[in-house]
Amino acid sequence: MPGSSPGHEDRKNTDRAEGRLAMRFRRKREIGRAGLRRSLVATIISLIYFFPVLWIILTAFKTHNDALAVPPIFLFEPTLENFVSVFSRAYSKGAEAIDTGFALFFFNSIFTAGTSVLLALIIGTVAAYGFSRYPLKGNETYMFIILTTRMLPPIIVIIPIFLMFRVTGFSGTYHGLILLYAAFNLPFTIWMMKSFFDELPREVEDAARMDGSSEWHVFFRICLPQVKAGIAATAVFGLILTWNEFLFSLLLSGVNTRTVPVAMAQTIGGDIGVRWGLLAAIETLFLIPVVLVTFLLQNQFLRGVTFGTIKR
Amino acid sequence: MTTVATTKPGFFERFFARHRGPLLVSPAILVLVAMNIFPLFWSFGLSFYKYRANRQAEPVFVWFDNYIKILSDPVVWSRFQTTAIFVAISVLFQLIVGFLLAVLFEKQFPGRRVLLMLVLTPMMLSFVAVGAFFRYYYEPTFGLLSQAIKAITGEPFIILQSPAGAIGAIIFADVWMWSPFVMLLVLAGLVSVPKHLYEAAEIDRVSWWRRFRTITFPYIRGLLLLAVLFRTIETFKLFDAVFLITEGGPGTSTETIAVYVYRVAFQYFRTSESAALGYILLFVVVVLTNLYLFFVQRRARET
Repeated sequence: MPGSSPGHEDRKNTDRAEGRLAMRFRRKREIGRAGLRRSLVATIISLIYFFPVLWIILTAFKTHNDALAVPPIFLFEPTLENFVSVFSRAYSKGAEAIDTGFALFFFNSIFTAGTSVLLALIIGTVAAYGFSRYPLKGNETYMFIILTTRMLPPIIVIIPIFLMFRVTGFSGTYHGLILLYAAFNLPFTIWMMKSFFDELPREVEDAARMDGSSEWHVFFRICLPQVKAGIAATAVFGLILTWNEFLFSLLLSGVNTRTVPVAMAQTIGGDIGVRWGLLAAIETLFLIPVVLVTFLLQNQFLRGVTFGTIKR
Repeated sequence: MTTVATTKPGFFERFFARHRGPLLVSPAILVLVAMNIFPLFWSFGLSFYKYRANRQAEPVFVWFDNYIKILSDPVVWSRFQTTAIFVAISVLFQLIVGFLLAVLFEKQFPGRRVLLMLVLTPMMLSFVAVGAFFRYYYEPTFGLLSQAIKAITGEPFIILQSPAGAIGAIIFADVWMWSPFVMLLVLAGLVSVPKHLYEAAEIDRVSWWRRFRTITFPYIRGLLLLAVLFRTIETFKLFDAVFLITEGGPGTSTETIAVYVYRVAFQYFRTSESAALGYILLFVVVVLTNLYLFFVQRRARET
């Protein structure tokens, strides 16, 4: 560096360093400001988007008169009476007592959804492993038919199933509904789990086989532990689908096996008008478990809602 | 485990080893055959008979009479038209809203995770709740939406009275519920765009529209297409929302094909006719599903 003193060089360096530092600070502040602005905009839009749900939750804490108020009330004295009447066996309507029985319907929903998802998960995971590791002749065709059974309007299958259940005496029973829901969940489970099995690196399995591990060992000790997250995601999305299912339950559940969505739809009728507070309380309770588990599985959400066909 | 290897494999072990694939999938296939394939064949057979589930009369074989009756029935065609209107408008708006939401959530910002969750909640509601509560919001006197619009326009807002209004009301609820789905897919596409392309565009001072058209769009095109197909298949089956918001009314102006099949099967009890109609629907869905899988596989090859 001719003609420049060491001091000059030093100063230039520190200048540059300071400049860089200042720039980084400025950029960080800009990003921070842009990020905050984005946060603000996103918060407003998200809240507008979420508002119908929020209103359901608010309605759950209102008295019947508050729920029907004109103009709508935003600030009110919250009451728990709706939540109480969801589970109280009877509420009085004038002189006569009417059975709400939602404890039973919640039990039915939990029981049928839980059992059928578990059943579908066991059968489906094994099948998905088979489809992934030991492709049959025409594997693609099988997978296509399986997906089609899930995509087709449930109304097509429901007509013969309705007749079938009437002949076998399955309609209105738990095992009928559970079997139906297991079949309903199976295509989803197979597609989802196959997409997870397909992603596993084969080297580990092959190495284990070389070492003389049995196929049982490979499946239970090597493959299954690696798809644990996948099993959890599949279970949750199966639960959401079954949890909210309406048509099958409407036509095939009996008085004692009725699930919450159908029971909820039936509270809409009646001559005193809809008890919106009660309905809102039911839905709020019904929504909580779903929201909680999906929050934990946010990263798997996309894959879940597309039956595992889209991974990223 | 090691002792098994030294003993001679028995009959079952050899059988298992030879037919591992079929054995693994057979329980699932069995359940699907019992609860899906068999019923489908049953209704296929049924569609050639004249049969009513609420009568004692024996089914009568009538060849293609049901199909001819359906395909020449103007009511069926008008239900298909209604469904097509629902699908076209609803999917279009889901795309627009979903895309805008995705742009909003594209970059990282404080609170993104929680806000994203709020936007995704509509998808997790039960159809019954969405249907019932949108009816509540549309209710002319105390409905939230009706009151808000009345406050702005000064006129009473009775959306469910007119056919066009009722269609719009259902579409509004459906779009609200399912736009987050499209958002998820578009978000996945936006995230996959390599950052250096945007940086290069910034250096070249490329306009916003050009940047979108030449950089962003090619990366989200595949996923948008899948979103359209997926939502088309699902909207084609639109039942719960219609059933709960308008019950097909006023008149039959919002009766989609799925609601119509339900009525034919379980209210008019023309069972075999509904089975035949079901088969026509099945054909449409098979074509759409095939298309969907074709594009899924093409996308898998590309990436």
